[in-house]
Amino acid sequence: MVKNILIVGVGGQGTILASRILSQVALSTGQDVKVSEIHGMSQRGGSVVTQVRFGDKVYSPIIEPGTADMIMAFEKLEALRWLHWLKEDGQIIVNDQKMNPMPVVTGVAKYPDDVLEQIRSKCKNVLIFDALHAARDCGSDKAANVVLLGALSKYMNIDRETWITVITKLVPQKFLQVNLDAFAAGEALTEK
Amino acid sequence: MMSKVLLTGNEAVARGAYEAGVKVLSAYPGTPSTEIPENMAKYDEIYAEWAPNEKVAMEVAIGAAVGGVRSMVTMKHVGVNVAADPLFTSSYTGINGGLVIVSADDPGMHSSQDEQDNRYYARFAKIPMIEPADSQECLDFVKEAYEISEKFDTPVFMRMTTRVCHSQSLVEVHDRKEQELKPYVKDASKYVVMPAVARKRHAVVEQRLLELQKFSEETSLNRVEMNSKEVGIIVSGVLYQYVKEALPEASILKLGFSWPLPRKKIEAFAASVKDLYVVEELDPLIEQEVKSWGIAISGKEHFPRCGEVFTEMIRQEIAGDCLQCKEESAAVGRPPVLCPGCPHRGIFYVLSKLKVNVTGDIGCYSLGATPPLNAMDIIICMGASIGLAHGMEKARGKEFSKHTVAVIGDSTFMHSGITGIINAVYNQSNITVVIMDNRITAMTGHQDNPTTGFNAKGEPAPIVDIEGICRACGVKRVQVVDPADIEATMKAVKEELVAEEPSVIITRRPCILLDKKQMKPAFYINKEKCTGCGMCMKSGCPCIGKDENGKAEINDSTCVGCGLCMQLCPFGAIEKGE
Ligand SMILES: Cc1ncc(C[n+]2csc(CCOP(=O)(O)OP(=O)(O)O)c2C)c(N)n1
Repeated sequence: MVKNILIVGVGGQGTILASRILSQVALSTGQDVKVSEIHGMSQRGGSVVTQVRFGDKVYSPIIEPGTADMIMAFEKLEALRWLHWLKEDGQIIVNDQKMNPMPVVTGVAKYPDDVLEQIRSKCKNVLIFDALHAARDCGSDKAANVVLLGALSKYMNIDRETWITVITKLVPQKFLQVNLDAFAAGEALTEK
Repeated sequence: MMSKVLLTGNEAVARGAYEAGVKVLSAYPGTPSTEIPENMAKYDEIYAEWAPNEKVAMEVAIGAAVGGVRSMVTMKHVGVNVAADPLFTSSYTGINGGLVIVSADDPGMHSSQDEQDNRYYARFAKIPMIEPADSQECLDFVKEAYEISEKFDTPVFMRMTTRVCHSQSLVEVHDRKEQELKPYVKDASKYVVMPAVARKRHAVVEQRLLELQKFSEETSLNRVEMNSKEVGIIVSGVLYQYVKEALPEASILKLGFSWPLPRKKIEAFAASVKDLYVVEELDPLIEQEVKSWGIAISGKEHFPRCGEVFTEMIRQEIAGDCLQCKEESAAVGRPPVLCPGCPHRGIFYVLSKLKVNVTGDIGCYSLGATPPLNAMDIIICMGASIGLAHGMEKARGKEFSKHTVAVIGDSTFMHSGITGIINAVYNQSNITVVIMDNRITAMTGHQDNPTTGFNAKGEPAPIVDIEGICRACGVKRVQVVDPADIEATMKAVKEELVAEEPSVIITRRPCILLDKKQMKPAFYINKEKCTGCGMCMKSGCPCIGKDENGKAEINDSTCVGCGLCMQLCPFGAIEKGE
């Protein structure tokens, strides 16, 4: 069995660190891991996606539409964009944050009012929360990615200790406490 | 040392080069290849440098190989167009120490201006090609490539694609094996390609191809995985992984050494299966070759010539099996934009306001072409902006030049802009060139270049002076402005547009992501004063939107306080944050 996790967001939001942490966590379970991310133009505020796959044997680094076990979305329009990647009974975690794409800023397109309703109506397992504010409460907007990981960890069968070890290894000492708090905040958000 | 680590294909190529004892690397950045030189630069044992462009990088690598060491040169697919001249001749001369050329293709154009299929280059230059399918193969194949290079006295072409470059998978790493410095032997009959020599060398190249073809039949880089006899697939690169995923029953001929093709192996494989397919991205290169031998094979009737091939396409086309998935939701696109605080925004605002014609170039500043700035009429390739503006003037007269500007970045100017300037001076153009100097090669993720004061290892280096170069080329009018000062920038552009001679404006301010000290607290809107006129939105800053009352609104989590919008507001409604 291969687990497929999609991390989606807007270039510059910190999706790369999140995927680094997630893939190291997956790796420490002793399984085969493949990760795919796109660098370059899209990192300048465009739509970005990272794909993480792990299991006994993983061939392709790319997830097929309709097969993601989980989607972790850093922005809600991005959640909507990638929704059809989710499995029928997959879990989607959405950061309730709105970032206007340029066509919306320039007025040629509208940011849909009902993004969250659409997501809820199309998926069975939906968790939505404001990771940015949760991170701010812990001391830094930048830790929103780790808040999301905290929530994600609750849907994965991997000890908390493993997560903490990896975060401690990958996050600079200066920001460690903020990120550990952010992780705990994310875990707590799944229980509301 | 032997352990398994998670590496991207690019990191694994760098590691492979290290283990193979490579001594010299020269490269010019380009997505998706950039992390190869960045990672090689971390090894003390390897001399690694940024060349100003791919042609120079190729020449340096050839020089190093002929000089007796293992050398490498890396670039994105279009870089090979720039480097093609020395590449083709190095095929004739052969090498001394091993030489590997890494070409990173970008099917799907995630970050490129075209999706040319560089597999043609191996055929065109008559050199062998290898194509890894995951990070482990990236590492192993690099080592193998040096053996092939030295055994057959040829440069080896290593073709990667975005999905191989930027995917991580587990890799077993080993120690470095130092290579002995080979003697430097003067041999004009090999290296001095005057016609009489080149004619002989061409025959050597043709003979070498025959030997490489034999090698292709024998090497374990080309392997058959026999399974069901119903379906047989010929495949190379990352597509192998997709085939394994989609068609677990199929028999596979996996080509790791994909030029010259192993004809006998392919014929035998074809005879052993009922239906034969080739799964390849972009052009039907293998397909045409195999068909020319009279073998029935299908390929492009199932797979697109444009864009990437994905697992689900293979599943559907060959297994006739379609995964169930939800319908795609309509979601507004999110194209990339100039970052908040980007120094390029000021000059583009000015050009957009003046409604001039703009010949563009390649870099972050290509995003000046997008709405609402719309400040670029044409982009061709790196360095082209200057020649394009000159050509337009020669077509439409000097008056046209008074409304036309060429824009080019600092790294792009070093890459291939200088010859354009020389041409403009020599051929008496009136063009106005804006060199957007953000002190770094930004688009590809902040690499140093000859103008930044640091080398690829991060050590201090001499600064090549842009103003000095322009003046030395004969441009008399050279001025430097701060693009964050709209008024000064506007004045400079107006002055130079009307000048009856070639002129250069250097807009100088570091990339906001490079020099984070420039970041200030978010600005905010004084709602009393804001009339909702929308002037502040004309610069295309992604942080500004409108609130429910139609007044401007600044996103305080993304604004970096550059203050550009404050200069645009006619009502003084934008205020500094604390
Ligand atoms: C021949 C070629 N080589 C490399 C690239 C990749 N590339 C695109 S833009 C760019 C760098 C641009 O740097 P600069 O001109 O300083 O502009 P900036 O991105 O900093 O604004 C590179 C290396 C390319 N498109 N074509």
